[in-house]
Amino acid sequence: MSDNIRKIEGITKESTEALIAKTLSVYPEKARKKRAPHLAANDQGSGSACVKSNKKTVPGVMSARGCAYAGAKGVVWGPIRDMVHVSHGPVGCGWYSWGTRRNMMSGITGVTNFAMQFTSDFQEKDIVYGGDKKLKTLLQEAHELFPLAKGISVLSECPVGLIGDDINSVAKASAKELDIPVVPCSCEGFRGVSQSLGHHISNDTIRDYIIGTREFAEPESPYDISLIGEYNIGGDAWSTKPLLEECGFNVKSVWTGDGELEKIAATHTVKLNVIHCYRSMNYMCKVMEEKYGIPWIELNFFGPTKIRESLRKLAELFDDNIKAKVEAVIAKYDPIMQAIVEEYKPRLDGKKVMLLVGGLRPRHTIGAYEDLGMDCVGSGYEFAHNDDYDRTAPEMPDATVVYDDPSEYEFEKFADALKPDLIGSGIKEKYVFQKMGIPFRQMHSWDYSGPYHGYKGFEVFARDVDMAINSPTWKLVKAPF
Amino acid sequence: MSNLLGLEVKKIVETTPEEIEKVQNWINTVEYKEKNFARQALVINPVHACQPLGAQLAAHGFEGTLPFVHGSQGCASYYRSTLNRHFREPAPAVSDSMTEDGAVFGGQNNLHEGLENAYAIYKPKMIAIFTSCMPEVIGDDLTAFIKNAKNKNCVPKELPLPYANTPSFSGTHIYGYDSMLVSILQTLTEGKQIEGRCTGKLNLIPGCDFNTGDYREYKRILKEFGIPFTMLADISDTFDSPADGTYHIYAGGTKLEDAADSINGKATIAIGPYATPKTFGWIKDNYSGKHVSMPMPIGIVKTDDFVMKVAELFGKEVPASLKNERGRAVDAVTDSHQYMHGKKFAVYGDPDYLMGYVSFLLEMGAVPYHILCSRGSKKVEKELQALLDTSMYGKEGKIHMNKDLWHLRSLLMTDPVDAVIGDSHGKFAARDAKVPLFRFGFPVFDRVNKHRYPLIGYQGMVNMVTEICNKFIDIKDETCEDRQFELMR
Repeated sequence: MSDNIRKIEGITKESTEALIAKTLSVYPEKARKKRAPHLAANDQGSGSACVKSNKKTVPGVMSARGCAYAGAKGVVWGPIRDMVHVSHGPVGCGWYSWGTRRNMMSGITGVTNFAMQFTSDFQEKDIVYGGDKKLKTLLQEAHELFPLAKGISVLSECPVGLIGDDINSVAKASAKELDIPVVPCSCEGFRGVSQSLGHHISNDTIRDYIIGTREFAEPESPYDISLIGEYNIGGDAWSTKPLLEECGFNVKSVWTGDGELEKIAATHTVKLNVIHCYRSMNYMCKVMEEKYGIPWIELNFFGPTKIRESLRKLAELFDDNIKAKVEAVIAKYDPIMQAIVEEYKPRLDGKKVMLLVGGLRPRHTIGAYEDLGMDCVGSGYEFAHNDDYDRTAPEMPDATVVYDDPSEYEFEKFADALKPDLIGSGIKEKYVFQKMGIPFRQMHSWDYSGPYHGYKGFEVFARDVDMAINSPTWKLVKAPF
Repeated sequence: MSNLLGLEVKKIVETTPEEIEKVQNWINTVEYKEKNFARQALVINPVHACQPLGAQLAAHGFEGTLPFVHGSQGCASYYRSTLNRHFREPAPAVSDSMTEDGAVFGGQNNLHEGLENAYAIYKPKMIAIFTSCMPEVIGDDLTAFIKNAKNKNCVPKELPLPYANTPSFSGTHIYGYDSMLVSILQTLTEGKQIEGRCTGKLNLIPGCDFNTGDYREYKRILKEFGIPFTMLADISDTFDSPADGTYHIYAGGTKLEDAADSINGKATIAIGPYATPKTFGWIKDNYSGKHVSMPMPIGIVKTDDFVMKVAELFGKEVPASLKNERGRAVDAVTDSHQYMHGKKFAVYGDPDYLMGYVSFLLEMGAVPYHILCSRGSKKVEKELQALLDTSMYGKEGKIHMNKDLWHLRSLLMTDPVDAVIGDSHGKFAARDAKVPLFRFGFPVFDRVNKHRYPLIGYQGMVNMVTEICNKFIDIKDETCEDRQFELMR
C-alpha cells in the first residue's frame, strides 16, 4: 500500500493541521469545536474517513448545503422526464429549482416530458385551512392537461409537514381515480441535515410506490442491466448509456437522468445494477439486492483511467462475450483518449485543483484530473456520509485537506493558502474565486457544458479544464497601473 | 410478483407516435387553452418568486450588510444561487439552519448561535434578518428573539439588526423587498431625525430592480443635475464589482451613515409603487422633506416625468446635457420606429416593470397585446388598463391577471404575437411560438451582461429599441428569400 501513497510537495500533515487550526481561530469556541472534526488531513493509506460527516450544519457559518426537498426534486425525482413533479407548498422552492440542475430530457416539453415548474403556490389560506383539497384538484388538472404523463410526484415543501396535511391519503385516492401512480414524497426542507435525506426519502418512495409495478414487454436477457445514479447532467447519460450498450449490455433503465417511470418501475428484473452516484441511490441498490437478489457494482465514468478500470471490473461479472467486447471498446477508445491527453497535458501538468461538490464528484473526478497531469490538493463534500469519505481517502494524495460541509470562509482560507490553479465547485462559490482571479468550473452543472461522463465526456472535460486554467482573460485581472 | 405496497404489476406501455402527435397538436388549440385557463389550483411556470428573495436583494444594498435567513438552510442556498446566476456575482448570505428540532422548540437557539457565528466570522456592520417558511408557520417571535440575542451579547449591542417577516406563502419577492427595506430604514434612522436639519440631498429608492445598470443610470442622471443624493438599497457595486484579484465580501451598498441621515433629507423619491408601498408609506409619515412615489422611468414619457420631478423638487432647470440626451434618445427612436411599429408583443413580469414595458411599447407605436402578471391585483389591472386607454395602440391589449407562463404559451399559440418581453423563463413558450424573447426582466440566466445595460432613463430607451429593432432585422436577414436579402434595412 505504501507504494501507492502520493505526496504533494509542500503539503504535510502538520501544514494541513496548522492551516485548519488557523482557519478556525476566528470562530467562537462552540462553533470551532463543532467544526474541527469535519476538517482534517487525509490519511491516504488508512482507506478510511478522516472527518466526521452528515451532521447538522453550524448556524450562521455560510454553508453551501441545500435541503431535503432539493435532494428529492432536484436530484432523484426531478430528472424523470415523463412525470409531472409537483412542488407542493409555496412558490419559491419550485421556482428556484426550475431548470437549474441541467438534467437534460428527451421528448417534447408539455407532451412527453415535463421539464416545467408545477406548484400549488400556497397562500396564507392554504396554511390556515390545509392544502389537501387544493392538492386533489391540482392532481386532476395536471392529469387532464398532460394526458401522456405517466405519473405524478408530490414533493412536499416545509409548510406541508408543519401544518399536518395528509398528502399520502390524497395521493392514494388520486392515484386510484386517475389510474396513474401518484407518489407522495415527504421531503420537507427542514428534515435531516442536507440534500442527502431527500435522496433517501425519495429512494424510499420509489421502493414503496414504483419498483416492481411494471414488467418489460420484451424477454429477459443475461445482459440486462440498469444504470443507477446517472442524472444526465449536460447529457451525461447520452454518453454512458451508449458506451455500456457498445460493451454488449442492454441498459433497461436509467435512474433517473432522462428517466422513464415505467422502465424504472421494471428495474427489478435486471441482472445487475450499475451505480455511479453512490451517495444518492445506494439505498435502492441495497433494496433491490435484498428483495430481488440483484447485485450491484460501483463504477466511475470520469477520465480514461477510471473508465478502463470500471469497464474491466464490470466485465469480470460477465461471460467471455462481454469481456471481449469490453476489451474491444477499450482498445478503440484508448488511442483517442491518449490523443486528448497529449493535447492538453503539456498545458495542465502539475496544476493544482481544489474541489467542493455534492456527494460523489469530490472523489470520482480526481482520476480525470490526474489523467491530465493535475493534482487534487483539497477536496470535500456538501452532504457526504462516512462511507463516502472512506472511499475518498485512497483517491486523494496524502495529507491534503479534506473538508466536510465547509463554510465559505473555510473554503476561501484554504484556497488562499493552497493557491490552486483551478477550483471545481458550485455557483455560490464560483464568483467568489473568480474575483480572486482563480479559474473556476462549476462541477454540479458542468458550467453549462457537458457531458463529462464516459469517453465522450472526457474530451469535453479536458477542453473545459484547459479553457478555464489557460484562458488569457486571467492575465487581465491585475491592472498595470 | 408485486411491489411492497401490493400495487398491481402491469406491462410497460410505450406511448405511440400517433398519440404523441395528437397531444402535441392539441396543446396548441383553443380548446386546450380554455381547459388551461380553467385551472383552479395548479400553477405551471409562475413568473414570481417568494418574499425572502426580494428581502435578500434589499439587504445586499447596504454597506457591510450580511443577509441572514432565519429558517431552513436550503432556502438561503436557493436565494443565493438565483442571485449568483442572474448577476454572475457572489451573493454572500447565511442561514441559521433550522431543522426538525426547530419545529418543536422554535428557532431561537439557531438564531442566537447563527448571529454569534456570523458576526465573528464575517464581521458585518449590519445583519439583516428575514424569514423563510418554517419560522413563519410555527410562529417564531422574532421581536423577542432579537431582543434576547442582544441581551445575551450574541452580537454587540450597537450592531443594527433589522428584521422582516417574509413568509413565502404570501405575496412575492417584491413584497419581501419592501418589508426588509422598511425595517432597515426604521432601524438605521431611529433617533436620527434632527429638528431643523436638512441634508440637502435627494433620497432615491430604486425599487425591487435587478438591473445594476439602472442604479448607475439613476446616479448619472442625478449627477448631471448636480443634485446631492443618497441611493437607498444600492446594489450597483454589490452585484457589479470589479474582478481585480481580491474578493470583497461586502462590495458595495448604501453607507449606513448616509442611510441613517436620509431621514433628514430634502426629498425622497421611491420608485416602483408596487415594490415599495410599505416603505413609502412609512417614509411619508416619518421623513423630513418632500416625498414622491413614482413608476419606473422606462420609456421617454416616464423618464421625462422622473426628470421633471427631480427638477421640481430641487428647484432646478433640467440640465442641457439631459436635454441633449433626451434628444439623442428620441432621435434613436424616430430613426428606428419603423421596425417596431405595429408589432404585437406579449409582456410579463412584476407590476412595476409591466407598467414600464407597456408605456414604452405604446410610445413606439408597437402593440402591447398580451400583458400577463402572475401575482397582481385589481389595482394593477386598473392601472394597466388606464395606460392602454391612453393610446390607439393599446386598444387590442389584453390583461391576464394572476396567470402563469403555461397560460402564456396557450395565448402565444392561439392568439400570436411577434415577440415577447420578460425574463429567461419565457424562452420555452417563445421558442414553441417561434418568436424572439427580449430578456428585460429578472432573472436572466441565459445571456451575459444584460444586467449591466440600463432599461430606465433615456439610455434605457436606446438600449431597448436597439436590441429589439436589430433582432427584428436579424430575423428578416435570416429568413427572407435570397432575392429579398439586401444590403440596407
